[in-house]
Amino acid sequence: MLTILFDGVAYGMLLFVLACGLSVTLGLMNFINLAHGAFAMAGGYCTVILVNRMGVPFALGLPIAFLVTGLIGALFERTLYAHVYARSHLDQVLFTIGLVFMSVAAIDYTMGSSQQFVQIPDALQGQFNVFGIGMGKYRLLIIAVCGLLTVALQIILTHTRFGSRLRAAVDDARVARGLGINVGAVFTVTFAFGSGLAGLGGALGAEILGLDPTFPLKYMIYFLIVVTVGGTSSITGPFLASILLGVADVAGKYYVPKLGAFVIYAIMIAVLIWRPQGLFARSAAR
Amino acid sequence: MTAPADNVSAYLRSRARWSPLEIAFWVFAFATIWLFPGKYLILKDTAILALFALSLDLILGYAGIISLGQAAFFGFAGYFAGLIAKYGIVTEPVLALILSGLVAAALGFVTSFLVLRGSDLTRLMVTLGVSLMLGEVANRYSDLTGGADGLQGVDIQPVFGRFRFDLYGHNGYVYCLIVLFVCFVLARRIVYSPFGLSLRSVKGNPLRASAIGIPVKWRLVAIYTVSAGFAGIAGGLLTQTTAFCSLDVFSLERSADLLLVLIIGGTGYLYGGLIGAVIYKFLQDWIANLTPQYWQFWIGLVLVALVLIGRDRMQGWIDAVRASLSRLGTRLLPRSAALGGAASDGGAER
Repeated sequence: MLTILFDGVAYGMLLFVLACGLSVTLGLMNFINLAHGAFAMAGGYCTVILVNRMGVPFALGLPIAFLVTGLIGALFERTLYAHVYARSHLDQVLFTIGLVFMSVAAIDYTMGSSQQFVQIPDALQGQFNVFGIGMGKYRLLIIAVCGLLTVALQIILTHTRFGSRLRAAVDDARVARGLGINVGAVFTVTFAFGSGLAGLGGALGAEILGLDPTFPLKYMIYFLIVVTVGGTSSITGPFLASILLGVADVAGKYYVPKLGAFVIYAIMIAVLIWRPQGLFARSAAR
Repeated sequence: MTAPADNVSAYLRSRARWSPLEIAFWVFAFATIWLFPGKYLILKDTAILALFALSLDLILGYAGIISLGQAAFFGFAGYFAGLIAKYGIVTEPVLALILSGLVAAALGFVTSFLVLRGSDLTRLMVTLGVSLMLGEVANRYSDLTGGADGLQGVDIQPVFGRFRFDLYGHNGYVYCLIVLFVCFVLARRIVYSPFGLSLRSVKGNPLRASAIGIPVKWRLVAIYTVSAGFAGIAGGLLTQTTAFCSLDVFSLERSADLLLVLIIGGTGYLYGGLIGAVIYKFLQDWIANLTPQYWQFWIGLVLVALVLIGRDRMQGWIDAVRASLSRLGTRLLPRSAALGGAASDGGAER
């Protein structure tokens, strides 16, 4: 029972790191980015190449995955996404689904369609036994890394100048622009950072979530659930939503395995009917 | 009858008249039965896709609801049609098709209340969630639906007891085409009616629409239900003509492809789904022949390019072509001057 809870929390933390970039994108620019999972996949494959083929240590592979995906994100944001912000939601959905299809086929072409595994150092395999609860070392690492990241994000958002600019831009982009905040630049940096986080999440999660070319399609729904359920106005909303989703998914798969993902879809629909703006939204601001 | 009312009904009548271009389109569509005898299978798939896209156009083009979950109705009715044929509950295909349309419409009515809340994103998620949930349910009850192996052993009786679905797909294609035509006429009747006009006003500005006395919510519920019914008929057709139904009817790809089809053809003038389906199917066939494994890449590229070039600009090109065609039509048939225009003012989308 507690093991399920533990696994669920680890899973949820992972989902949060993967999805928090998306929630900022959506909240800041009101942009529906279905291709977010493609960045996570890029991070995952980057680690696979680095660690398995080039022999880079795992601990170094993670930050490199973060940097590489962040750069890719910045590049895409400047060259492609910037043209689509002002378009309708329908256009955004089409555009990003197109990107997803392209990334899936491109990875399939370059890396093959089979599932990839990152070689994890021996020190991280195995379990601890604490009060009879089996805790995987790797999952413990995930919780530690993601927990630290969450705290760091919260501090950046609330205690730095950049954070206050970002929050101002999310609250009201027009007024923020009027106050002399360069919303476009804030957004590029945030987008790149969010993509980098997704890449890091993809690298960390390759072991748990599995990594193959259909990754962006498979997990796109999960990211969107986190964002829609958590709301886009804060970090805590998506965080709680990811934990909830992680625990619900792991518990659902354990107790009613035949229903598969039915449980989380049902929870999502129930939440959205109850609170269309998200579970933790402050109010119907927009 | 007061004068304004007369004006309005005259206006509606003039909009609803069939233009020579439309008649030519359908004459050509039925001529394909004799023109391309070796291509029945792909033509049949195109006709089904066209009907499916038509159902999405009804809600997207006329009511402005973005949905990623039309596959829910498609798949639900597909399984329904398969199951009632397999267990011999209703063996007459036409009757079974109507029934599966009705069942899907009922599902659409029930789920419409979930969909008509919240923002675009919430709608996307709820529609997507509904179709994925149905997929999971179908997977769960695998003793009934066959699970991942698909529903097998469906035996479809001849249509009206006379026309059996043959191996070459001739009768199947004719059947699909007739169903498509009937549904199209129905949809056309709906969107050119005062009801259809009120939907357009809801799409344009829901607040003002409700201010002039249009029950916005109920209009949306109604069109969502109708559209679900059409999607259901398309799903039923697929099961009946292939005698098979698998879990991928509920997949996200199916709904996403459907959006692409409609965007290629253009929304809000009914022919968009039909033209889009033809272009999409033949594009897919052509690319799949070149690179069987990676055709998704090119489909994605088309989507990205479509958005970057801008749908409005492309709509402009299409309108220009259509305008010159209708000028041609006017010269040939002087009486139908206003009609090409009637068909094309649906094109001014967004």
